[in-house]
Parts: sequence; structure tokens; C-alpha cells
Amino acid sequence: MSKYLLDKFLFTVDRDPELVERYREDPAGTVEWWEQQMANKLLNCTVTERSTWLAFTEEERTALREHDHVTLFEMGAHPFLTLTLFIAMFERDHGPLEYQKTYGAMMTHLTLPYPDIAT
Amino acid sequence: MATVVAVIASTHHPFYYRASTATGADRPPFADEWVSKIETFRETLTNAKPDVLVMVGSDHFHQLWLDNMPQFLVGKAPFFDANWHNEEREFGLPRMRLQGQEDLSAHILRHGLDADFDLAFSNELRIDHSITCPIITLRPDADLPIVPIYTNIFAPPLPQPKRFVQLGRTIRQLVESWSENLRVAIIGTGHLSLELGGPRQFGEHGPDPEFDRKAVDWIASGDIEGCLAEVTLDSLHQPGNATHGFMDFMLMMGVAGEGAKADHVDSLDLFHTMEAYFTWYPNGAPR
Repeated sequence: MSKYLLDKFLFTVDRDPELVERYREDPAGTVEWWEQQMANKLLNCTVTERSTWLAFTEEERTALREHDHVTLFEMGAHPFLTLTLFIAMFERDHGPLEYQKTYGAMMTHLTLPYPDIAT
Repeated sequence: MATVVAVIASTHHPFYYRASTATGADRPPFADEWVSKIETFRETLTNAKPDVLVMVGSDHFHQLWLDNMPQFLVGKAPFFDANWHNEEREFGLPRMRLQGQEDLSAHILRHGLDADFDLAFSNELRIDHSITCPIITLRPDADLPIVPIYTNIFAPPLPQPKRFVQLGRTIRQLVESWSENLRVAIIGTGHLSLELGGPRQFGEHGPDPEFDRKAVDWIASGDIEGCLAEVTLDSLHQPGNATHGFMDFMLMMGVAGEGAKADHVDSLDLFHTMEAYFTWYPNGAPR
């Protein structure tokens, strides 16, 4: 399991307005493309200097493909990154704060201690 | 020598800008009270007549990322652009540009390193709402040079709470040993109990009002020992999963000093999280 790579996906998608829309409309295609093209990109380096070892597990791919923020939380993805990106994608479909409250209500079965988010 | 004319600790609520500027049906019912409290808080800085602001905050995964994560970082640059796309998108925050005070940044870096804090630095830092929120609330003209100092309260493993207190004490000493005859305010922002992306988020109050009450008492009375006796990296998970931001308040308690009672204390119980505002005048209240 790679919490780091989940976080890297959430981080790089959130900061790119086109990718936010693409992930909202085509999550499966975006996750596949991102893992092939972006997962091993070193963010502060030239494109030819890449990592060679980063890949999702099937469970991680599925959670991302299904926009499953509850499972991402349970996997230890950073909750701030998930929340920020999901608000960007889905708040628009809801009334004021309605999405944020529903997002939390879907997680009421979770109790302390929460999953470790250390990477 | 430089004088610390005010020490200020505050929550940084990214919704304040939008709430305070909204009109008509868009203006939330709590906005007027919030603005009133902020204007009173702002006077505590204005009255201190600062020349320079040292601003303590924490990057929210904007420029600092998990491939290269500093624990404590000082910005040293002639200018700092501010606010990011996702803060504009989610909170309506404006793009800003603040002037830097490079000489004080260099002084804090050199002498901070010599005081056993292995500070990271950045010569091109775009700052985020942890620093621009207090600019918006306390100095909306954004007309003073700043030294931004970032702490990691966000990406574990985190430094221990006592290190935040120690860094606060050291920052106070470093500013007071700066040779320029200027008036410096040290401002830091953090959180009380807060949950982000978990089941307790966006409730009627902060996730743990009992923690908030105790936290306000610790800060207002300068009870560093009492706070350190109860607060650990593990314990901060209990009040809410983003409550480690409280360690920036602990840093500011270190700046203010053990037993230093705040000259201005105010709070506002909002949905999602409690706001809290503190000002100390180390050399007595300005007349």
C-alpha cells in the first residue's frame, strides 16, 4: 500500500483545474492515465528524471476510480487532500455546506484512533 | 536593537474574507459579530505601531510537499506572492503580494541555526492562508514587510509540542537580538480543535468544545507547563484530526513567555471550529 502515492494523486489533481474536471467526469480513465504518466514523475525535476517504482495496489485504484473518499480515509490518505479535491469536484452539485456535512455523515462508523496518515 | 511590540496568536479561518465581504442574502448571520471582534483585535496590532511582522503559519500542501518536507522553514526573499488556486476556488481569497524583510530573515536563519534549530529556508516562497488570513484580519492594507516562518503541523512525523514552544522562545530572543532599531510584531496562527475530512467535520461547533475551553485558558494565562503536561502528539488526535495545528498556538505561547497573561483575549463559537484571538504586549500596553 502506498499512502504517499495516493496523496500524490490527490495533490497533483487538486492543483490542476483541468485535471479536477477530468477526474470528476472520467475517474477510471484519469486514474489509469495518471498512474501511467504521472505516478513516477518527480515533481520538482525535469521530465526525464523519473522514479521507477511507484504503482497503486488494485484496492487503491478501485477507491480512486470510485471516488470513494471513505475508503481513501480508511487507507490513510491525507484527509485534507481528499476533502479539498472532493469539495472542488462535488460541492457545486449541493447547497451551502450540504456536501461537506454529507461527506462527514458517510464516515460516522469510524471511531478513534483513525487510520495513520504518516507516509 | 529591535523591540517586540506585540505578540499575537490567532486562529486562521479561511471563510472570514468571504463572510466579511458578503452582502445581502449572501452574508451569513454571524458575520457582523465576527467583523466586530476582528476589528477590535486589529486595533491591538495597529496600536502597537509595528514596522515589521514575523508571521508564523503552516503550508497546507501548497508549495511544501512530501518529497521534500521541512519541519521548520524561514522564508528569505524580497517579496512573497500569496494565496493559491485552490484557496481562491474554495474560499474566494484574493491573490496578494507582501514585501519581505530579508535582513531579519537572514538574522533568524543564522542565529537560529547557531541556537540548535536546524531551520530550512526558501528564497522563493508563495505563502498561503495560514499567513494571509491574519494579514487580512489584522493588517488588511498588507503594507508591512514580513518574515514568514512555516511549521509542519500537517504531514507526520511532526516535531514534538515542546519543540514548538522552544522555537517560539528562540524566535523571541532572535528578534530581540536583531540590531535594527525597529518595532516588530510576532504573529502566529493555528487551530483549536478541528476535524478535516473526517466524521466530526462541519458540526454546529468545533469538534471538542471542552478542549477549546482548556486551550483558551492555557493560552490566555500563559500556562505553558500545564499545556505541555497534557498535550502530546498522540493526545492531539482526540479533539479532532487536524488539531495538531494547536502546536502553532503553543509556539506563540513560547514567544509570549511562561506565565505571560494575554492583554487581549477573545473567542467566537462558530460552526466547524472556534475562533480565538490573543494579544500580548511584552513592554506594556501602548498608550
